[in-house]
Amino acid sequence: MNAITRREFIQVSAASGAALTLEFSIPGTAFAQKAAATPAEVTAWILIHPDDRVTIRIARSEMGQGSLTGLAQLVAEELECDWAKVGWEYASPNEHVKRKRVWGSMSTGGSAGVRTSQEYLRKAGASAREMLVAAAADQWKVSPADCTVANGVITHGASKRRVSYGKVAAAAATRTPPDEKTVKLKDPKDWKIAGKDVARLDIPDKVLGKPVFGVDVNLPGMLMASIAQCPVFLGKVKSVDSAAAEKMRGVKGVVKGTDFVAVVADNWWRANNALKSLKIEWDEGANGKVSDESIKAMLKAGLDEKGLPNARSTGDVPAAMTAATKVVEAEYYSPYLSHATMEPMTATAWFKDDGMLHVWTSTQNGEASMAAASEAGGLPLEMVEVHKMMLGGGFGRRGAPQDYVKQGVIIAKEFKGKPVKMIWSREEDMQHGFYRPVSLVRMKAALDKDGAVTAMHSTIACPSILALLRPEGIQKGIDFTAVRTFADMTYTIPNQLCEYAQKNPHVPVGFWRAPGLQNSFYRECFIDEVAHAAGKEPLAFRLAMLKPDDKNRLVLEACAKAADWGKPLPPGVFRGIAQSDGFGSYTAMAAEVSVNPAGEIKVHRVVFAIDSGYVVNPDACRAQAEGNVIFCIGQFYQAHHIKDGRVAESNFHDFPLPKMAEMPKVETHLVPTGGFWGGHGEPGALNVAPAIMNAVFAATGKRIRTLPFTADELKKA
Amino acid sequence: MISITVNGKAQKLDVEEDMPLLWALRDELKLMGTKYGCGIAQCGACTVHVDGQPVRACVTPVGSVQGKKVLTIEGLSKPGLHKVQKAWIEHAVPQCGYCQTGMMMAAAALLQKTPQPTDAQIDDAMTNLCRCGTYARVKKAIKSVAAGGKSAPAKA
Repeated sequence: MNAITRREFIQVSAASGAALTLEFSIPGTAFAQKAAATPAEVTAWILIHPDDRVTIRIARSEMGQGSLTGLAQLVAEELECDWAKVGWEYASPNEHVKRKRVWGSMSTGGSAGVRTSQEYLRKAGASAREMLVAAAADQWKVSPADCTVANGVITHGASKRRVSYGKVAAAAATRTPPDEKTVKLKDPKDWKIAGKDVARLDIPDKVLGKPVFGVDVNLPGMLMASIAQCPVFLGKVKSVDSAAAEKMRGVKGVVKGTDFVAVVADNWWRANNALKSLKIEWDEGANGKVSDESIKAMLKAGLDEKGLPNARSTGDVPAAMTAATKVVEAEYYSPYLSHATMEPMTATAWFKDDGMLHVWTSTQNGEASMAAASEAGGLPLEMVEVHKMMLGGGFGRRGAPQDYVKQGVIIAKEFKGKPVKMIWSREEDMQHGFYRPVSLVRMKAALDKDGAVTAMHSTIACPSILALLRPEGIQKGIDFTAVRTFADMTYTIPNQLCEYAQKNPHVPVGFWRAPGLQNSFYRECFIDEVAHAAGKEPLAFRLAMLKPDDKNRLVLEACAKAADWGKPLPPGVFRGIAQSDGFGSYTAMAAEVSVNPAGEIKVHRVVFAIDSGYVVNPDACRAQAEGNVIFCIGQFYQAHHIKDGRVAESNFHDFPLPKMAEMPKVETHLVPTGGFWGGHGEPGALNVAPAIMNAVFAATGKRIRTLPFTADELKKA
Repeated sequence: MISITVNGKAQKLDVEEDMPLLWALRDELKLMGTKYGCGIAQCGACTVHVDGQPVRACVTPVGSVQGKKVLTIEGLSKPGLHKVQKAWIEHAVPQCGYCQTGMMMAAAALLQKTPQPTDAQIDDAMTNLCRCGTYARVKKAIKSVAAGGKSAPAKA
């Protein structure tokens, strides 16, 4: 078999227990058998097979956060099917366009997968259940109201007749779906599948190394590509001497793009080796001299500008500052950081003889990938299909910027009729990210004679993610990702001003796990400073500024209680606490830390409380909390330095990731209060830095205001 | 021609001697379970066993394993799931899963050599990088294997 069609791909997926495996060796007879047992599409989300297996379509992307399973749980809960028979497949982006976006948003970010699709997914499950029951009732000539369902079996009580979903699915699929407004959803307290620790659907294959990640795509006659982009962002290719490369073993060609050069070969290592032999002359443009120092100066100047746009202005801050008994002021800074997904950026593209362009890639947004491929390929959306592969991490890198998909398509365009798989080297990946923005923030607080905060003034100098990736999202000069945690803080401070200095160096910025989380570090460490200046205990100081019914307060209290706040600690161990909300959830975190005489930090225990309204898969939520904690511990020593217009770091030796030995004990307390839906993929990241740094202050009396920092800065005198 | 045995099967490869074992496995033998992460032996996503020892395939020239036995994740589960893989399922270790094949190969090698590792021995041996942050569960799973699979699972 030379090609695999979408239809075959779906069938292979279903045949292998819904694992996302690409198999090209399945004999035609197997396909024929599968084709005979075609599942019925009861709703766009739900396929039911004659043997009662249920395939749930997933529109968002699974990147380790577990929402694939959570989304399936919500559908299955209302469908009342047998969870043991549930499998999944990705909804096809191409069909999505042809079917008028029937699967809603495919975007996976903002911890929004579950919370923004839960209602229509639960309704899809409930609608399908009603259609299945109605189909059975019709066959029995009874009223649907006299039928019950459990585990995918419909029962008519009076006549004791039973039929499984698989037997009536075809008939159900021909019925008109019920009016969405009449579909009733279960009270979450009655959930049996959702809200429970069901095993994640993707794990069994992952321990076998079976899932096909973007880099693992394997197609007949496939070529491999490695790419070099202009080291200075926004620069271009001036000239390439590829004479030596083209003579190297396995090399099939060199592709010169506007801002990159790629070598295509029969093996990725050969492609990458040949790439190194190219003599590329770059046009670096106007940014070849940009440095950390020039960027810092730009941010600093922003802080002092007059007439900056306000993200928040209440009361009279200048008057309150004048009337203050004490004014506390501080500046905090944090650097650019890359996502450093373990799987580098990758895209496989294939211009097929039938005129279709197929792309296989790791993406947080199948639709965005399709749009990028369509643009780069010069083909209408209908002529493009995107096959969503397993993601080797996302963290925001693989959503809005689809740079790597465009490159993959441009390269494959030179090899029409052949699939070409482009994989970035780690060095390219680290030096061509869409980085967490650098930022510099000045905060000023006024205290009255009783040590209460009467005013807070924050000025945030930070590149705008939205200006680069979603300019329509900027409102009145404000990028909400840059001002969060200040613009929306719930501390009851009567006079507040939050100003935003949008400063955009040429370094690309993007949505890094919990975009804007630096502000939690700044605000919650500064609040600690202010508490200290007021002579108040940090937890009590915060609680005094949170309204009784504020969910931030409830979650902070839950965290403090679980963390044994105020109780004695082992010698040399100190606590810190922080709270901030985001991504629909309310969170607080307490950390227990020791600092040795060399100035090295050891985080022993982290207690995390989160109110996300509802919890769909508690264990997956706990896993997200654990991951967020160690992900963010890296902030203490990671940085991307800008030198000569480019990122100085190139691999894990100079941009280290946290290791096993640094993993603290993480205790997660899920305290959902209901009535709203919050996320889990990112909220756990918000308070890691401030909780730990506040504990470091308790341990050393030293206030760290700049990330990263060295052990020397904490060395005991 | 370079002769190596991969997962019990003799293979002859017509490749450069200095081609890293990783790319011989992935692009020549199409064994995609072994991952590329850094190319400089920092992350361990490419960990395989050569004659029973864990090695980082991205910096191991395929010529250097001539005549040796290579075991990859695809071979670890034969005939049935390896005890490490069972523990990984029980403790719901993987998140994105990308680093996990290398992580499991490293864990299997550790437990082969040190059946009852201490926390410090686990920290020393398991230097693989995981961006999702599955370390606590990796450790729990390793310890459950060491305890004969008796420790309580991570899930309630």
